[in-house]
Amino acid sequence: MGERIRVLIAKPGLDGHDRGAKVVARALRDAGMEVIYTGLRQTPEMIVEAALQEDVDAVGLSILSGAHMTLVPRVIQGLKEAGLDHIRVFVGGIIPDEDVPALKEAGVEAIFGPGTSTQTIVEAVRRACGEG
Amino acid sequence: MELVPRILEGDRRALARLISLIEDNGPPAQAALAALHPHTGRAHIVGVTGAPGTGKSTLVNELAKGFRRRGATVGIVAVDPTSPFTGGALLGDRVRMRDLAGDPGIFIRSMATRGSLGGLARATGDVVKVLDAAGFAVVLVETVGVGQAEVDIARTAHTTIVVEAPGLGDDVQALKAGLMEIADILVVNKADRPGAAQTARALEVALELGRNNTGPGKSAGWRPPVLKTVALDGNGVAEVLEAIAAHRAYLESSGLWNYREQERARADLIGALEREMLARLLARMGEAALEEWTARIVRREADVYTAVQAMLESL
Repeated sequence: MGERIRVLIAKPGLDGHDRGAKVVARALRDAGMEVIYTGLRQTPEMIVEAALQEDVDAVGLSILSGAHMTLVPRVIQGLKEAGLDHIRVFVGGIIPDEDVPALKEAGVEAIFGPGTSTQTIVEAVRRACGEG
Repeated sequence: MELVPRILEGDRRALARLISLIEDNGPPAQAALAALHPHTGRAHIVGVTGAPGTGKSTLVNELAKGFRRRGATVGIVAVDPTSPFTGGALLGDRVRMRDLAGDPGIFIRSMATRGSLGGLARATGDVVKVLDAAGFAVVLVETVGVGQAEVDIARTAHTTIVVEAPGLGDDVQALKAGLMEIADILVVNKADRPGAAQTARALEVALELGRNNTGPGKSAGWRPPVLKTVALDGNGVAEVLEAIAAHRAYLESSGLWNYREQERARADLIGALEREMLARLLARMGEAALEEWTARIVRREADVYTAVQAMLESL
Protein backbone atom coordinates (compact mmCIF):
# COMPACT_ATOMS: atom_id res chain seq x y z
CA MET A 1 0.00 0.00 0.00
CA GLY A 2 1.69 3.19 -1.17
CA GLU A 3 1.46 6.65 0.20
CA ARG A 4 -1.90 8.28 -0.02
CA ILE A 5 -2.45 12.02 -0.44
CA ARG A 6 -3.83 13.55 2.75
CA VAL A 7 -5.57 16.92 2.58
CA LEU A 8 -6.93 19.12 5.34
CA ILE A 9 -10.03 21.11 4.41
CA ALA A 10 -10.70 23.97 6.80
CA LYS A 11 -12.87 27.02 7.06
CA PRO A 12 -11.03 29.82 8.81
CA GLY A 13 -12.90 32.89 9.95
CA LEU A 14 -16.46 33.47 10.93
CA ASP A 15 -18.64 32.92 7.89
CA GLY A 16 -20.90 29.92 8.23
CA HIS A 17 -21.14 28.76 4.64
CA ASP A 18 -19.50 25.38 4.34
CA ARG A 19 -21.23 23.94 1.31
CA GLY A 20 -18.32 24.70 -1.00
CA ALA A 21 -15.84 23.19 1.45
CA LYS A 22 -17.96 20.04 1.66
CA VAL A 23 -18.27 19.73 -2.12
CA VAL A 24 -14.50 19.99 -2.48
CA ALA A 25 -13.90 17.54 0.39
CA ARG A 26 -16.20 15.05 -1.25
CA ALA A 27 -14.57 15.47 -4.67
CA LEU A 28 -11.09 14.89 -3.23
CA ARG A 29 -12.39 11.85 -1.36
CA ASP A 30 -13.84 10.48 -4.59
CA ALA A 31 -10.46 11.04 -6.22
CA GLY A 32 -8.95 8.61 -3.72
CA MET A 33 -7.51 11.06 -1.22
CA GLU A 34 -7.86 11.03 2.56
CA VAL A 35 -9.58 14.26 3.47
CA ILE A 36 -9.59 15.57 7.01
CA TYR A 37 -12.52 17.91 7.40
CA THR A 38 -12.34 20.28 10.36
CA GLY A 39 -15.57 22.20 10.04
CA LEU A 40 -16.37 25.84 10.67
CA ARG A 41 -14.71 28.71 12.49
CA GLN A 42 -11.15 27.54 12.64
CA THR A 43 -8.45 29.94 13.71
CA PRO A 44 -5.18 29.90 11.76
CA GLU A 45 -3.53 28.36 14.84
CA MET A 46 -6.06 25.52 14.91
CA ILE A 47 -5.50 24.85 11.21
CA VAL A 48 -1.72 24.72 11.59
CA GLU A 49 -2.00 22.40 14.57
CA ALA A 50 -4.40 20.07 12.75
CA ALA A 51 -2.15 20.04 9.66
CA LEU A 52 0.78 19.05 11.85
CA GLN A 53 -1.01 16.29 13.75
CA GLU A 54 -2.58 14.86 10.62
CA ASP A 55 0.68 15.04 8.62
CA VAL A 56 -1.13 16.31 5.53
CA ASP A 57 0.35 17.07 2.12
CA ALA A 58 -1.99 19.96 1.40
CA VAL A 59 -4.34 22.39 3.14
CA GLY A 60 -7.45 23.76 1.46
CA LEU A 61 -8.91 26.95 2.94
CA SER A 62 -12.45 27.96 2.12
CA ILE A 63 -13.13 31.65 2.72
CA LEU A 64 -16.22 33.60 1.77
CA SER A 65 -16.03 36.31 4.37
CA GLY A 66 -13.57 38.64 2.66
CA ALA A 67 -11.00 38.16 5.40
CA HIS A 68 -8.62 36.19 3.17
CA MET A 69 -5.90 38.84 3.14
CA THR A 70 -5.43 38.46 6.89
CA LEU A 71 -6.30 34.79 7.40
CA VAL A 72 -4.37 33.18 4.55
CA PRO A 73 -0.98 34.75 5.28
CA ARG A 74 -1.38 33.84 8.95
CA VAL A 75 -1.93 30.20 8.09
CA ILE A 76 1.07 30.18 5.75
CA GLN A 77 3.22 31.95 8.32
CA GLY A 78 2.12 29.47 10.98
CA LEU A 79 2.95 26.50 8.77
CA LYS A 80 6.42 27.97 8.16
CA GLU A 81 7.04 28.52 11.86
CA ALA A 82 6.01 24.93 12.58
CA GLY A 83 8.50 23.69 10.00
CA LEU A 84 5.72 22.63 7.66
CA ASP A 85 6.62 24.63 4.55
CA HIS A 86 6.34 21.47 2.44
CA ILE A 87 2.55 21.63 2.84
CA ARG A 88 0.85 23.12 -0.22
CA VAL A 89 -1.89 25.68 0.46
CA PHE A 90 -4.98 26.14 -1.73
CA VAL A 91 -7.68 28.74 -1.34
CA GLY A 92 -11.27 28.51 -2.47
CA GLY A 93 -14.09 30.98 -2.21
CA ILE A 94 -14.74 34.53 -3.23
CA ILE A 95 -11.39 36.19 -3.85
CA PRO A 96 -11.30 39.43 -5.87
CA ASP A 97 -8.91 39.32 -8.83
CA GLU A 98 -6.79 42.13 -7.43
CA ASP A 99 -5.95 40.06 -4.33
CA VAL A 100 -4.75 37.04 -6.30
CA PRO A 101 -1.17 38.18 -6.99
CA ALA A 102 -0.57 39.04 -3.34
CA LEU A 103 -1.90 35.69 -2.13
CA LYS A 104 0.26 33.81 -4.65
CA GLU A 105 3.20 35.92 -3.56
CA ALA A 106 2.46 34.86 0.02
CA GLY A 107 2.78 31.24 -1.04
CA VAL A 108 -0.67 30.07 -2.10
CA GLU A 109 -0.42 27.31 -4.69
CA ALA A 110 -3.70 28.02 -6.45
CA ILE A 111 -6.95 29.92 -5.94
CA PHE A 112 -10.30 28.51 -6.99
CA GLY A 113 -13.18 30.92 -7.45
CA PRO A 114 -16.87 30.20 -7.93
CA GLY A 115 -17.54 27.92 -10.89
CA THR A 116 -14.23 26.08 -10.76
CA SER A 117 -14.82 22.43 -11.67
CA THR A 118 -13.97 19.87 -9.02
CA GLN A 119 -11.87 18.11 -11.66
CA THR A 120 -9.64 21.18 -11.91
CA ILE A 121 -9.20 21.19 -8.15
CA VAL A 122 -8.44 17.47 -7.97
CA GLU A 123 -5.82 17.76 -10.71
CA ALA A 124 -4.20 20.80 -9.10
CA VAL A 125 -3.91 19.03 -5.74
CA ARG A 126 -2.53 15.88 -7.36
CA ARG A 127 0.04 17.84 -9.30
CA ALA A 128 1.14 19.86 -6.28
CA CYS A 129 1.47 16.73 -4.18
CA GLY A 130 3.70 15.08 -6.75
CA GLU A 131 1.19 12.85 -8.51
CA GLY A 132 -0.23 13.02 -12.01
CA MET B 1 15.74 6.24 12.55
CA GLU B 2 16.02 9.69 14.04
CA LEU B 3 12.25 9.98 14.55
CA VAL B 4 12.33 7.77 17.64
CA PRO B 5 14.45 9.97 19.93
CA ARG B 6 12.48 13.00 18.80
CA ILE B 7 9.19 11.29 19.64
CA LEU B 8 10.48 10.32 23.07
CA GLU B 9 11.36 13.98 23.63
CA GLY B 10 7.82 15.01 22.78
CA ASP B 11 8.31 16.26 19.22
CA ARG B 12 4.79 16.25 17.80
CA ARG B 13 5.84 16.59 14.20
CA ALA B 14 8.02 13.49 14.44
CA LEU B 15 5.08 11.70 16.03
CA ALA B 16 2.77 12.70 13.17
CA ARG B 17 5.35 11.63 10.58
CA LEU B 18 5.89 8.22 12.11
CA ILE B 19 2.14 7.59 12.21
CA SER B 20 2.02 8.20 8.44
CA LEU B 21 4.92 5.81 7.89
CA ILE B 22 3.09 3.18 9.92
CA GLU B 23 -0.05 3.69 7.87
CA ASP B 24 1.95 3.26 4.68
CA ASN B 25 3.50 0.13 6.16
CA GLY B 26 7.15 0.43 5.25
CA PRO B 27 10.28 -1.13 6.78
CA PRO B 28 11.29 2.18 8.44
CA ALA B 29 8.05 2.03 10.43
CA GLN B 30 8.89 -1.43 11.70
CA ALA B 31 12.33 -0.34 12.83
CA ALA B 32 10.83 2.61 14.71
CA LEU B 33 8.17 0.44 16.34
CA ALA B 34 10.87 -1.94 17.51
CA ALA B 35 12.80 0.93 19.09
CA LEU B 36 9.65 2.33 20.75
CA HIS B 37 8.41 -0.99 22.08
CA PRO B 38 10.29 -0.86 25.43
CA HIS B 39 8.61 2.50 26.11
CA THR B 40 5.07 1.16 25.71
CA GLY B 41 2.73 -0.42 28.23
CA ARG B 42 1.96 2.59 30.42
CA ALA B 43 -1.06 4.20 28.78
CA HIS B 44 -4.64 3.33 29.65
CA ILE B 45 -6.19 2.49 26.28
CA VAL B 46 -9.88 3.31 26.19
CA GLY B 47 -12.01 2.33 23.18
CA VAL B 48 -15.20 4.13 22.22
CA THR B 49 -17.46 2.31 19.79
CA GLY B 50 -21.09 2.28 18.70
CA ALA B 51 -23.39 2.85 15.75
CA PRO B 52 -22.98 5.90 13.47
CA GLY B 53 -24.49 9.04 14.91
CA THR B 54 -24.68 7.89 18.53
CA GLY B 55 -22.28 10.67 19.53
CA LYS B 56 -18.95 8.89 19.82
CA SER B 57 -16.85 11.88 18.74
CA THR B 58 -18.71 14.26 21.02
CA LEU B 59 -18.26 11.87 23.93
CA VAL B 60 -14.56 11.48 23.14
CA ASN B 61 -14.25 15.26 23.12
CA GLU B 62 -15.85 15.49 26.57
CA LEU B 63 -13.87 12.57 27.99
CA ALA B 64 -10.63 14.13 26.78
CA LYS B 65 -11.53 17.43 28.47
CA GLY B 66 -12.30 15.52 31.66
CA PHE B 67 -9.00 13.65 31.61
CA ARG B 68 -7.15 16.93 31.03
CA ARG B 69 -8.86 18.50 34.06
CA ARG B 70 -7.58 15.54 36.06
CA GLY B 71 -4.09 16.25 34.79
CA ALA B 72 -3.71 13.34 32.35
CA THR B 73 -2.42 13.85 28.81
CA VAL B 74 -4.56 12.33 26.08
CA GLY B 75 -3.81 10.86 22.66
CA ILE B 76 -6.81 10.34 20.39
CA VAL B 77 -7.10 8.06 17.37
CA ALA B 78 -10.33 8.55 15.43
CA VAL B 79 -11.09 6.05 12.69
CA ASP B 80 -13.45 6.64 9.76
CA PRO B 81 -14.13 4.38 6.77
CA THR B 82 -12.24 4.26 3.51
CA SER B 83 -14.31 4.06 0.32
CA PRO B 84 -14.16 0.54 -1.09
CA PHE B 85 -14.44 2.01 -4.57
CA THR B 86 -11.98 4.90 -4.70
CA GLY B 87 -9.71 4.30 -1.71
CA GLY B 88 -10.49 7.82 -0.56
CA ALA B 89 -11.90 8.78 2.82
CA LEU B 90 -13.54 11.71 4.54
CA LEU B 91 -12.31 11.95 8.09
CA GLY B 92 -14.68 14.20 9.99
CA ASP B 93 -14.23 13.43 13.67
CA ARG B 94 -12.21 16.59 14.34
CA VAL B 95 -15.36 18.64 13.71
CA ARG B 96 -16.63 17.54 17.15
CA MET B 97 -13.27 18.00 18.84
CA ARG B 98 -12.79 21.74 18.35
CA ASP B 99 -12.63 22.28 22.09
CA LEU B 100 -9.38 20.36 22.27
CA ALA B 101 -7.44 22.61 19.89
CA GLY B 102 -4.46 24.45 21.27
CA ASP B 103 -3.85 22.07 24.16
CA PRO B 104 -0.31 20.67 24.04
CA GLY B 105 -1.46 17.80 26.29
CA ILE B 106 -3.66 16.48 23.48
CA PHE B 107 -2.80 14.91 20.15
CA ILE B 108 -5.54 13.93 17.71
CA ARG B 109 -5.01 11.74 14.68
CA SER B 110 -7.67 10.78 12.13
CA MET B 111 -7.22 7.43 10.43
CA ALA B 112 -8.94 5.81 7.47
CA THR B 113 -9.70 2.09 7.67
CA ARG B 114 -7.96 1.42 4.32
CA GLY B 115 -9.87 -1.79 3.75
CA SER B 116 -10.00 -3.23 7.28
CA LEU B 117 -13.42 -4.45 8.33
CA GLY B 118 -13.35 -4.82 12.10
CA GLY B 119 -14.02 -1.16 12.96
CA LEU B 120 -10.35 -0.14 13.09
CA ALA B 121 -7.56 0.28 10.56
CA ARG B 122 -4.85 -2.36 10.27
CA ALA B 123 -2.37 0.16 11.67
CA THR B 124 -4.52 1.42 14.56
CA GLY B 125 -2.90 -0.89 17.11
CA ASP B 126 0.57 0.28 16.12
CA VAL B 127 -0.46 3.93 16.19
CA VAL B 128 -1.81 3.42 19.71
CA LYS B 129 1.57 1.98 20.69
CA VAL B 130 3.35 5.05 19.36
CA LEU B 131 1.09 7.38 21.35
CA ASP B 132 1.68 5.20 24.40
CA ALA B 133 5.46 5.41 23.91
CA ALA B 134 5.20 9.17 23.35
CA GLY B 135 3.97 9.39 26.94
CA PHE B 136 0.24 10.02 26.68
CA ALA B 137 -1.37 8.75 29.89
CA VAL B 138 -4.64 7.92 28.19
CA VAL B 139 -5.20 6.88 24.59
CA LEU B 140 -8.78 7.20 23.38
CA VAL B 141 -9.59 5.13 20.31
CA GLU B 142 -12.79 5.97 18.46
CA THR B 143 -13.87 3.27 16.02
CA VAL B 144 -15.81 3.80 12.82
CA GLY B 145 -19.55 3.81 13.29
CA VAL B 146 -20.14 0.10 13.68
CA GLY B 147 -22.99 -2.34 13.21
CA GLN B 148 -23.11 -5.46 15.30
CA ALA B 149 -19.96 -7.44 14.78
CA GLU B 150 -17.05 -5.03 14.47
CA VAL B 151 -15.39 -5.90 17.73
CA ASP B 152 -11.66 -5.46 17.04
CA ILE B 153 -11.58 -2.64 19.55
CA ALA B 154 -11.99 -5.08 22.43
CA ARG B 155 -8.61 -6.56 21.62
CA THR B 156 -6.93 -3.17 21.33
CA ALA B 157 -8.35 -1.42 24.39
CA HIS B 158 -8.14 -2.09 28.11
CA THR B 159 -11.56 -0.55 28.61
CA THR B 160 -14.24 -0.61 25.93
CA ILE B 161 -17.15 1.83 26.00
CA VAL B 162 -20.14 0.99 23.81
CA VAL B 163 -22.24 4.05 23.02
CA GLU B 164 -25.93 3.66 22.31
CA ALA B 165 -28.62 6.23 21.63
CA PRO B 166 -32.39 6.09 22.10
CA GLY B 167 -34.51 4.78 19.26
CA LEU B 168 -32.03 2.52 17.52
CA GLY B 169 -33.72 -0.81 18.11
CA ASP B 170 -35.88 -2.87 20.39
CA ASP B 171 -34.76 -4.91 23.38
CA VAL B 172 -33.96 -7.94 21.23
CA GLN B 173 -31.08 -5.97 19.72
CA ALA B 174 -29.62 -5.76 23.19
CA LEU B 175 -29.63 -9.55 23.47
CA LYS B 176 -27.68 -10.22 20.30
CA ALA B 177 -24.12 -11.39 20.33
CA GLY B 178 -21.30 -9.12 19.28
CA LEU B 179 -21.03 -5.48 20.18
CA MET B 180 -22.98 -5.73 23.44
CA GLU B 181 -20.66 -8.45 24.71
CA ILE B 182 -17.49 -6.41 24.47
CA ALA B 183 -18.76 -3.50 26.56
CA ASP B 184 -17.00 -2.76 29.84
CA ILE B 185 -19.09 0.39 30.12
CA LEU B 186 -22.40 1.07 28.36
CA VAL B 187 -23.36 4.65 27.64
CA VAL B 188 -26.80 5.76 26.52
CA ASN B 189 -25.98 9.10 24.93
CA LYS B 190 -28.52 11.74 23.86
CA ALA B 191 -30.31 10.84 27.07
CA ASP B 192 -32.44 13.98 26.84
CA ARG B 193 -34.32 12.39 23.95
CA PRO B 194 -37.49 10.35 24.29
CA GLY B 195 -36.88 6.66 24.81
CA ALA B 196 -33.60 7.00 26.69
CA ALA B 197 -35.00 5.38 29.83
CA GLN B 198 -36.32 2.41 27.82
CA THR B 199 -33.00 1.98 26.04
CA ALA B 200 -31.13 2.01 29.35
CA ARG B 201 -33.61 -0.46 30.83
CA ALA B 202 -33.29 -2.82 27.84
CA LEU B 203 -29.53 -2.80 28.31
CA GLU B 204 -29.87 -3.48 32.02
CA VAL B 205 -32.21 -6.39 31.36
CA ALA B 206 -29.83 -7.83 28.79
CA LEU B 207 -27.03 -7.61 31.35
CA GLU B 208 -29.19 -9.35 33.95
CA LEU B 209 -30.15 -12.20 31.64
CA GLY B 210 -26.73 -13.27 30.62
CA ARG B 211 -23.92 -11.63 32.43
CA ASN B 212 -21.73 -9.98 29.85
CA ASN B 213 -18.10 -10.81 29.80
CA THR B 214 -18.09 -14.31 31.17
CA GLY B 215 -15.50 -15.77 28.83
CA PRO B 216 -11.94 -16.43 29.92
CA GLY B 217 -10.10 -13.23 30.65
CA LYS B 218 -13.36 -11.41 30.78
CA SER B 219 -14.58 -9.66 33.81
CA ALA B 220 -16.46 -12.06 36.07
CA GLY B 221 -16.32 -9.55 38.88
CA TRP B 222 -17.23 -6.55 36.82
CA ARG B 223 -20.76 -5.64 35.91
CA PRO B 224 -20.76 -3.09 33.07
CA PRO B 225 -22.52 0.02 34.32
CA VAL B 226 -25.22 1.56 32.11
CA LEU B 227 -24.72 5.32 32.19
CA LYS B 228 -26.80 8.07 30.65
CA THR B 229 -25.13 11.10 29.10
CA VAL B 230 -25.88 14.17 27.06
CA ALA B 231 -22.36 14.52 25.72
CA LEU B 232 -23.15 17.74 23.87
CA ASP B 233 -23.71 19.49 27.23
CA GLY B 234 -21.21 17.39 29.15
CA ASN B 235 -24.00 15.91 31.29
CA GLY B 236 -23.18 12.54 32.81
CA VAL B 237 -19.60 12.58 31.53
CA ALA B 238 -18.11 12.76 35.04
CA GLU B 239 -19.78 9.43 35.83
CA VAL B 240 -18.28 7.88 32.70
CA LEU B 241 -14.84 9.11 33.75
CA GLU B 242 -15.35 7.57 37.19
CA ALA B 243 -16.43 4.28 35.62
CA ILE B 244 -13.30 4.28 33.44
CA ALA B 245 -11.11 4.78 36.52
CA ALA B 246 -13.03 2.09 38.42
CA HIS B 247 -12.63 -0.34 35.53
CA ARG B 248 -8.91 0.28 35.41
CA ALA B 249 -8.65 -0.33 39.16
CA TYR B 250 -10.63 -3.53 38.70
CA LEU B 251 -8.42 -4.74 35.85
CA GLU B 252 -5.32 -4.14 37.95
CA SER B 253 -6.57 -5.70 41.17
CA SER B 254 -7.97 -8.78 39.39
CA GLY B 255 -4.89 -9.44 37.30
CA LEU B 256 -6.89 -8.93 34.12
CA TRP B 257 -4.73 -6.00 33.07
CA ASN B 258 -1.83 -8.39 32.51
CA TYR B 259 -4.08 -11.03 31.01
CA ARG B 260 -5.47 -8.62 28.42
CA GLU B 261 -1.95 -7.39 27.72
CA GLN B 262 -0.93 -10.95 26.99
CA GLU B 263 -3.96 -11.62 24.80
CA ARG B 264 -3.25 -8.48 22.85
CA ALA B 265 0.40 -9.39 22.35
CA ARG B 266 -0.63 -12.82 21.12
CA ALA B 267 -3.24 -11.45 18.71
CA ASP B 268 -0.72 -8.88 17.42
CA LEU B 269 1.84 -11.58 16.90
CA ILE B 270 -0.52 -13.85 15.01
CA GLY B 271 -1.77 -10.99 12.88
CA ALA B 272 1.74 -9.89 12.00
CA LEU B 273 2.76 -13.47 11.26
CA GLU B 274 -0.18 -13.93 8.91
CA ARG B 275 0.61 -10.78 6.97
CA GLU B 276 4.32 -11.48 6.76
CA MET B 277 3.91 -15.11 5.80
CA LEU B 278 1.41 -14.27 3.11
CA ALA B 279 3.69 -11.59 1.68
CA ARG B 280 6.65 -13.98 1.63
CA LEU B 281 4.65 -16.81 0.13
CA LEU B 282 3.29 -14.63 -2.62
CA ALA B 283 6.76 -13.31 -3.33
CA ARG B 284 8.12 -16.85 -3.64
CA MET B 285 5.28 -18.18 -5.73
CA GLY B 286 5.20 -15.23 -8.03
CA GLU B 287 2.36 -13.39 -9.66
CA ALA B 288 2.16 -15.91 -12.51
CA ALA B 289 1.24 -18.84 -10.26
CA LEU B 290 -1.48 -16.77 -8.62
CA GLU B 291 -2.91 -15.81 -12.01
CA GLU B 292 -2.70 -19.34 -13.29
CA TRP B 293 -4.55 -20.85 -10.33
CA THR B 294 -7.14 -18.07 -10.42
CA ALA B 295 -7.84 -18.91 -14.06
CA ARG B 296 -8.16 -22.62 -13.27
CA ILE B 297 -10.66 -21.88 -10.52
CA VAL B 298 -12.71 -19.74 -12.86
CA ARG B 299 -12.61 -22.50 -15.53
CA ARG B 300 -13.88 -24.93 -12.86
CA GLU B 301 -10.76 -27.08 -13.21
CA ALA B 302 -9.90 -26.69 -9.54
CA ASP B 303 -11.47 -25.27 -6.43
CA VAL B 304 -9.75 -22.88 -4.01
CA TYR B 305 -8.82 -25.56 -1.48
CA THR B 306 -7.24 -27.82 -4.08
CA ALA B 307 -5.39 -24.80 -5.44
CA VAL B 308 -4.05 -23.84 -2.01
CA GLN B 309 -2.79 -27.38 -1.35
CA ALA B 310 -1.12 -27.57 -4.74
CA MET B 311 0.43 -24.11 -4.42
CA LEU B 312 1.86 -24.82 -0.99
CA GLU B 313 3.22 -28.20 -2.04
CA SER B 314 4.94 -26.72 -5.06
CA LEU B 315 7.20 -24.63 -2.82
